[in-house]
Amino acid sequence: MNHARLRTILISLIVLPGLFSWVSARAGDIDVAVAANFTSTIQTVAKRFETETGNRVSLSFGSTGKLYAQIVHGAPYDIFLAADKRRPRLLEANGEAVAGSRFTYARGRLALWQPGAKTAKPGRATLEQADFAHLAIANPKTAPYGLAAQQTLQHLGLWKQLEPRLVYGENIAQTYQFVASGNAPLGFVALSQVMTTHSPKTSYWVIPENLHAPIEQQAVLLKRANHNATAAAFLNYLKTSTEARRIIEAAGYSLP
Amino acid sequence: MIDLAPLWITLRLAGTTALILLVLATPLAWWLARSRNRFSTFIEAVVALPLVLPPTVLGYYLLVALAPQGVLGSGWHWLTGGRLAFTFMGLVIGSVVYSLPFAVQPLQTAFEGVGSGPLQAAATLRAGPLDRFIHVVLPLARRGFLSALVLSFAHTVGEFGVVLMIGGNIPGVTQVLSVAIYDHVEALDYHTANVYSIGLLAFAFAVMWLLYTLNRRHARWQP
Repeated sequence: MNHARLRTILISLIVLPGLFSWVSARAGDIDVAVAANFTSTIQTVAKRFETETGNRVSLSFGSTGKLYAQIVHGAPYDIFLAADKRRPRLLEANGEAVAGSRFTYARGRLALWQPGAKTAKPGRATLEQADFAHLAIANPKTAPYGLAAQQTLQHLGLWKQLEPRLVYGENIAQTYQFVASGNAPLGFVALSQVMTTHSPKTSYWVIPENLHAPIEQQAVLLKRANHNATAAAFLNYLKTSTEARRIIEAAGYSLP
Repeated sequence: MIDLAPLWITLRLAGTTALILLVLATPLAWWLARSRNRFSTFIEAVVALPLVLPPTVLGYYLLVALAPQGVLGSGWHWLTGGRLAFTFMGLVIGSVVYSLPFAVQPLQTAFEGVGSGPLQAAATLRAGPLDRFIHVVLPLARRGFLSALVLSFAHTVGEFGVVLMIGGNIPGVTQVLSVAIYDHVEALDYHTANVYSIGLLAFAFAVMWLLYTLNRRHARWQP
C-alpha cells in the first residue's frame, strides 16, 4: 500500500465517525433526562410526539439527584424532567437552565399500598391499628414521595407512633420493592407504580392531596438548548397537548 | 452535624461478620484445600460468586430470601418469631454471603501452602487429627487467618449495594456508614458526606497498611 492511500484511509477513519455523529445529531433530535419514576409515561408521550412531528426524542433515565449531578458536570441533555422542583430551581438559579422555562408537568400522587390486604381496602384505620411490623416509605430527606408520606403521617397524627416501624427506601422504586417482596407488609408508594402493575384497586388507598404538600415534578429547558426549536416544542407539547395530559393523568399523576 | 451511630453499626456489623466467617470459612477452606474433585470445584466456584456479581444482584436475591415467605425468612420466623429484612441480623447474613470469598480464599491458599509433609510427620508422632490441626496447621497458616479476618472485616466496612437493598436505611439500626454517605450526597449535604468519606478512606488505608506490614513481619519470622 502506498503512502498516499494509507493517509487517505487514516484521515477517513478520523473524519468519518465525526461526520456520522454530526448526521445523527440533526436539529430535530433532542436528548431528554427523565426522573426514573416517569419512565413509562414519558415513553408513551415521546412516541406520540415523534409520530406527530417527525422529530426524534432520546430519553435517559436516572434518579433526579444523579441526573442533576450529571447535568451540573456538563452532560449533554436538552431537557430535564425532574421528580421534584428543587433541582430544576437550582439549575435555573445557577444559570444551567433557561430562565423562565421551568414548569410543573405532573403532580405525583401518593398511595398506601397493602398487597396482602385480605379484608377491607387499606385506609386511615389500617395505620391506626398498626398491626404490622414495618411500614415502608421513601427517605423523606431525599425523596419527594418520602417527604409527602411523612407529612401525611404527621397530618394524621400518627408520625410519632409509627416512626419506630418505618423502613426507608432510598427512593420510591426501592420502597415499592420492599413492599412487593413482602418484607414490608405495606408502604407509601407512588400511585403511578401501583397503577402500572395492575394491583387490585382494593389493595391501595389514594392519599388525599390535602394531606401533604404537592409532589411537584418540574421540567426545565437546559442551557445548551436555549435556541432549540424542537426542545421548546416538546416542552410545549408536554404542557399543553390534550393527548400528553391524558397520558399523564391515566398513569396516576394529577395535573397542575 | 456528625452522627456517630452509622460508625458503630458499621464496626459492629464488620466485627460480627468477620468472626462468623472465621468459624464458617475455616472448615470450608480446609475441605477445599484438601479435596480435588468435580464437586469441590463446583463449591469453589459458588464461593467465588460474590466477587463477580454486582451487589444489587446479591441484594435482590437476599431481599427475596429474607422475606417472611422466603427461604431464610420463613425459617427464621419459625425459629424466633421475628423477621430478618431491615434488622441487624439480616445485614449480618447478607454480609456473610457478600464477604465469604474474602475469608475462604486466603485460608484456602494458606492451607494449601502447609502441604501434607508436616501433617504426615505429626501423624507418625501419633498426633490426632484435631491435635494436628491445632498444633501444626494453625501456626503455619496464621498469615492466612490474619488476612481472612482483616479482609472480611474491611470488605464488610466498605459494603454498600447489599445493605442498601436489604437494610431499609433505618438510622441507629441498619444505616451503615456507606449508606449514610450516599444519603448525604443525594440530599446535597456534601460537607457531612465528605467528613464520613475521609474517615472511611483513612480507615481503609490504615487497614491495608497494617495488613501488609504484618504480612511482611510474619514473612520474616517464617523462612
